[in-house]
Amino acid sequence: MAATQDGPTLRTVRIDPITRLEGHGRIQLFLDEKGEVADAFFQVPELRGFEKFCEGRPVEELARITPRICGVCPEAHHIASAKALDAVFGVEPPPAGRKLRELLYSAFFAGDHTTHFYALGGPDFVVGPDAPKAERNILGVIAKVGLDAGKLVLRQRREAQEVVAMVGGKAIHPVCGLPGGVSKPITEAERARIEEIARNSLEFAKFSLRVFDDVVLSSPQYVDMIRSDAYQLRTHYIGLVDEKNRVNFYDGRVRVVDPSGLEVVRFAASQYAEFIEERVEPWTYLKFPYLKKVGWRGFVDGAQSGVYRATPLSRLNAADGMATPLAQAEYERMYASLGGKPVHATLATHWARLIELLYAAERTLELATDPEITSPDIRTIPTATPGEGIGVVEAPRGTLFHHYVADERGMAKRVNLIVGTTNNHAAICMSIKRAAQGLIRGGVLPTDGTLNRIEMAFRAYDPCFGCATHALPGEMPLEILVYGPDGQVRQRLAR
Amino acid sequence: MTDATSIPAAHKPRLALYWASSCGGCEVTVLDISERILDLAARADIVFWPAVLDVKYEDVHAMPDRHIDVCLFNGAIRTDENAELARLLRAKSRTLIAFGSCAVTGGIPSLANNYSRDSILRASYIDSPTTANPAGVLPQHRVMVSTDSGAEVELDLPAFHHSVRTLAQTVPVDYTVPGCPPVADQVWNVLSAVLEGRLPARGAVLGASNKSVCEDCLRPRHEKRLQGFVRPHLTKPDPSHCLLDQGIACLGPATRGGCGAPCTKANMPCRGCYGAMPEVDDQGLKALSALASLLEAREPKDVERAIATIPDPLGTFYRFGLAASQLFRTRTQEDA
Repeated sequence: MAATQDGPTLRTVRIDPITRLEGHGRIQLFLDEKGEVADAFFQVPELRGFEKFCEGRPVEELARITPRICGVCPEAHHIASAKALDAVFGVEPPPAGRKLRELLYSAFFAGDHTTHFYALGGPDFVVGPDAPKAERNILGVIAKVGLDAGKLVLRQRREAQEVVAMVGGKAIHPVCGLPGGVSKPITEAERARIEEIARNSLEFAKFSLRVFDDVVLSSPQYVDMIRSDAYQLRTHYIGLVDEKNRVNFYDGRVRVVDPSGLEVVRFAASQYAEFIEERVEPWTYLKFPYLKKVGWRGFVDGAQSGVYRATPLSRLNAADGMATPLAQAEYERMYASLGGKPVHATLATHWARLIELLYAAERTLELATDPEITSPDIRTIPTATPGEGIGVVEAPRGTLFHHYVADERGMAKRVNLIVGTTNNHAAICMSIKRAAQGLIRGGVLPTDGTLNRIEMAFRAYDPCFGCATHALPGEMPLEILVYGPDGQVRQRLAR
Repeated sequence: MTDATSIPAAHKPRLALYWASSCGGCEVTVLDISERILDLAARADIVFWPAVLDVKYEDVHAMPDRHIDVCLFNGAIRTDENAELARLLRAKSRTLIAFGSCAVTGGIPSLANNYSRDSILRASYIDSPTTANPAGVLPQHRVMVSTDSGAEVELDLPAFHHSVRTLAQTVPVDYTVPGCPPVADQVWNVLSAVLEGRLPARGAVLGASNKSVCEDCLRPRHEKRLQGFVRPHLTKPDPSHCLLDQGIACLGPATRGGCGAPCTKANMPCRGCYGAMPEVDDQGLKALSALASLLEAREPKDVERAIATIPDPLGTFYRFGLAASQLFRTRTQEDA
């Protein structure tokens, strides 16, 4: 934390870089003369340029290029890309090809949610939000839960990566996805090992929910914090659902519900541009998606605002339940304890993430024991002239869209990406501001613990700015923008 | 600049990890050493790792020069912030290691060096089919914004360079570790060498072999003559034969090994992430000549037709190394 005098009226407090998230970010809080938070800005100071430099590449290679958007969730980009390529080439993978993709993806989800809970978001709860900062990390978590439990965490991650490598070729940046399926089948020996890992993962998911019960839910202090106004936002929610409106990570329709939980629309990936629109702000490199038909009303929540969230909690809010029995029971328990659907408490996202971990483990086991999973029939060679295609999956951090337009030779002409974390950008900004306004009062210079509690507001989203910064900006001159109360630019001065 | 790579015996090795312009996979691969990370934590003092530890930039500024024994720096250099942290960590580190393809050769993000900055901005903020931006607003290096209380505040974003540079094009580097990302077992080999004080002479490539990916690949190769190349989605290669022999453009022969050839083992061609072979200056040129030499065609127009079966030579031969290539070296130096 660095506090500096910034002119006569406002004091700036910077948190730079925000730690324990993937990528880069910066928060600036502006305090007024009374020491109250006048405003808060969350900035993403980095971008790359995938949408442009994917142009001119053979479109099938995008499944091997776009994973470099994010090394934390390359599987999400790889699978979304493979699905977009299915659509570009008008080809359906055979059942085993599709199931192998989902098997890889489910195992990945279980590993990724584990990383977040134990290494990134969990330290705030398990070690404590006000613990010395040297202890607020995964090693602190291991010290608290015990070395044996810590080793379980590490094994869970390692085994998830093992499944990804077995099915996908590489543990980070898998290579198996092609239009029409995957590049290789799995052997019976591999299947048996994956089944063993899935059983371990299932036990680990149950263990993690018990840790959450013991550490968080049995603590009145934490339950109060989860319920506190500083961490609430009443937004729309989106998530992929299957034909019975149950959470699905690999495929389905995008379901949108309003802040009261009522369905607004269910749309197919190919319709995404009818329902999602993005806004550009000059003070951050990351765009702000919103629901196009509701419209952008600024950084506000409520039914009239197009701001939506796409997080583990959002997926649960947008669905009617889970497709596996143990996860369904936990789903019901969470909503019963938090007063019914939808839940607006941002910090409950950690609970939802563990319920998804349980679902991912159950789904991995289902697929690992599917008689078709070792079939050698894993690919359909495309024959149609390539064209346009949109692929969607649920990334751990939100709904992920890959949209490609190819020419008749199959060279990428246009690429558009809306990635997991970007969906939540407006809500993250609002959560930070609300937490800051709730936690910083009356000119008391915030402590390290207070600032960490503000960071907790965004850590719940497990933001991944590696993912979000897929476009590369340029060096820009000074620009002055004056915003009216309606959020429109009233005056614009540039030098 | 460091003059010695040995770590004083008086304290545990102090390590730093930093993530500049990259995807984060190089950090995840460090986590993928799994249980061995407990060993690392016991034997080393990790003093800076923003993705995992709550240590901020100001804490690094406060360190004496050369306080960090070994810094693993991943990611390329594109912004002022990336360059500033590279200089800061160079000053604070006795040994600076360029870790992973982006830091070593620019990586996949340096494919952006083939496009103007304006066109990149337009693609993302103006032409994107889901973006509503009639006023043509673009992110600004500095911008005045009104707060809710009506006060005007200035917000700034790091300035972005015209092109992506490697770490060594920015500050002197002691070692390089190739790979996108470096595979976990090789990461552990590098960390073990650090912990045991047995790093080789400065300038060495760590965590890789001196032979090609073909040495790691189990497929027998017969160097068959080819009419041209076939794109991987249009064929089902026989897993028991060399992919190049089957006409699939594979960069294995022109790429440094040590990765274990996971891509070809998954029935997909090597794309060259471990970089150039020893003594090779430009990986792309080497790969191009390796593949062209397999063509049966001898007449120029036949050669041209056969080469055209690789529809994207730039993205095929320079996928991980455009910033470090002969093609862009001059430009990236000018930008610096």
